[in-house]
Amino acid sequence: MNIHEYQAKQLFEKFGVAVPKGVAVSSVAEFDTAIAQLNTAGGIMVKSQIHAGGRGKGTFTNGFKGGVKFSPTKEKAIENAQAMLGNTLVTAQTGEAGRKVQTIYFTEAANLGKRPDGRDDEYYLAILLDRATSKPVIVASTEGGMEIEHVAHANPEKIFKVHVDPAVGLQAFQARQIAFSLGFTGELFKQCVALVTKLYQFYWEKDCAMVEVNPLLVTAEGKLLALDAKVSFDDNALFRHPDVVALRDLNEEDPKEIEASKFGLSYIALDGNIACLVNGAGLAMSTMDIIQHFGGSPANFLDVGGGATKDQVTAAFKIILGDSNVKGIMVNIFGGIMDCNVIATGIVEAVKETGLKLPLVVRLEGNNVEAGKATLASSGLTIVSGDTMADAAQKIVKLVNNK
Amino acid sequence: MSILVHEKTRVLVQGITGDFGARHARLSIDYGSQVVAGVTPGKGGQTFEHNGVKVPIFNTVDEAAKQTGATVSAIFVPPPFAADAILECVEADLDLAVAITEGIPVRDMVRAKRAMLGKRTRLIGPNCPGLVTPGRGDKSHGGCRIGIAPGYIHKRGKVGVVSRSGTLTYEAVWQLTCKGHGQSTCVGIGGDPVNGTSHLDVIKLFNEDPETEAIIMIGEIGGNAEVEAARWIKEHCKKPVAGFIAGATAPAGRRMGHAGAVIGGAEDTAEAKIKIFRECGISVAETPSDMADALLRVWRG
Repeated sequence: MNIHEYQAKQLFEKFGVAVPKGVAVSSVAEFDTAIAQLNTAGGIMVKSQIHAGGRGKGTFTNGFKGGVKFSPTKEKAIENAQAMLGNTLVTAQTGEAGRKVQTIYFTEAANLGKRPDGRDDEYYLAILLDRATSKPVIVASTEGGMEIEHVAHANPEKIFKVHVDPAVGLQAFQARQIAFSLGFTGELFKQCVALVTKLYQFYWEKDCAMVEVNPLLVTAEGKLLALDAKVSFDDNALFRHPDVVALRDLNEEDPKEIEASKFGLSYIALDGNIACLVNGAGLAMSTMDIIQHFGGSPANFLDVGGGATKDQVTAAFKIILGDSNVKGIMVNIFGGIMDCNVIATGIVEAVKETGLKLPLVVRLEGNNVEAGKATLASSGLTIVSGDTMADAAQKIVKLVNNK
Repeated sequence: MSILVHEKTRVLVQGITGDFGARHARLSIDYGSQVVAGVTPGKGGQTFEHNGVKVPIFNTVDEAAKQTGATVSAIFVPPPFAADAILECVEADLDLAVAITEGIPVRDMVRAKRAMLGKRTRLIGPNCPGLVTPGRGDKSHGGCRIGIAPGYIHKRGKVGVVSRSGTLTYEAVWQLTCKGHGQSTCVGIGGDPVNGTSHLDVIKLFNEDPETEAIIMIGEIGGNAEVEAARWIKEHCKKPVAGFIAGATAPAGRRMGHAGAVIGGAEDTAEAKIKIFRECGISVAETPSDMADALLRVWRG
């Protein structure tokens, strides 16, 4: 589960991680009172709150450029915020559709410190799971404020990693290693050790999937601040964090995915025109692959899980048909333990209930498969049967491409 | 032989009184597996019955193992309690804990895996279909089925199968069986970011197993486990290997930040993994329908 920057920073503050002072609002009427709470002498940052990166370089569909704006005066801040709130921001990470900005975060603009070479004094810090070692890893770099993939590619020596032993947690020497690796001395060194320690405590206690601070900034006054914050949580651990669940913003989620989750379905929309309905995540992924292999384009990932009841299949068909790009459907079920005839009956009923007109190819395999195929064949519906995954994929691609 | 489990392996089921655990305990009994004990705290002394087989229920894993000689546990307990269930197997010195449970918090698994270091117990999973060593009876009856895989699709034979995914494993197994090729053992290691036994661990076991003559390795995008296994295969594996990687068309992770890419490195895409498979002499299945054929291109059966 993802949260907004302003929510992440509120959590940071609770754990003692310094952030610029800020206020989040969701209506124009609140702009004045929000800004009144800030020290605006150094200017105000106006920040669109969406669950996607690249906001600063994004463009609104109304033509306004920049989802994050420095505003020297209160008037300019209000003007910028009015241009953002309620409008759709398109960034490198949102896709063409963009995201509607429903919250504005005003923060005091930090007075950026400079390095001897004149660059802004920005760093990178993140904590996440290293799958290879099954341990949390702290990643730090002196090259903050830019995309960390580029740093990792061009200057891998400028990325530092510290693995934390989960049996004992983060040790003081490890926090010092990070601070040394970033080149801090004196007062800043102490601030960095404290910040890394508190950030790790937050990551661990709140079951975060990832905490990323980019940039971590040194101000002209010599203060270490988390200027941006990206936080995501382990969905499997949400049951022990009701306070985190309360931060969920359904506006940021695809309504079809929310609908799917109500029926125990896992659905992700894609750009293609052949929908698929599959049991099991691995099989669902490879069904998408095989559609593409034979010249088609998958419209979605849809895993109905181990059960696949009639209600689930009907719900899945409705969700699939809500995507107007869909020109055909491939059902791929390996009914290992489930009865294929039960699934076939579910498919027939779902087709009747939704009045499906699009080409449908069904590949059933497994338990009681002959009865299942007979049910499909005698349904009076135009359901094409596929014997193998390859056969089914070739048939649906042909049916869709010949239309 | 086979790997990890065989026809006589004595199995206990943690969570045998829950719907999920009970259902699969029954299917394992039907398959002819030696389900000798159940564990549900607070229900010790009761009996689980199915088709005339009486399975005693115990309060603790330690007690169940000592009294019945069970050496392997199938874990079906709900996610909040699953890591605890795994560690209970470790404390009881079982050979193998197979965690079927889906949805265990990562932090719980990170701690559990650390606590298992240097211990005798091997973990398979979590979030996995389990493992099957097929039997020699009709529709492979009489084998050892631990977890949720359909037993009847198997056939006793010479191919070892290892995979992260459940249904994709069944797909490969069924292709083999339909072409007349049986399996030594089929292992689903699970799709979670932190798991017990890796692709490589299983490949090493297959390499040493005299009954296993050829191997199918099924992987997915993300992580570097398949790459690690492929490089080892190139250097050390004496047996022909076919491989498939799912997820060539999966959208690049919808994560908010980018730190994962730094850690994951450049080798976690389907394209990169397939390239490395080829470089390591693994016969690559072009599509999931081609898994058995990919093996048969390099192994005569």
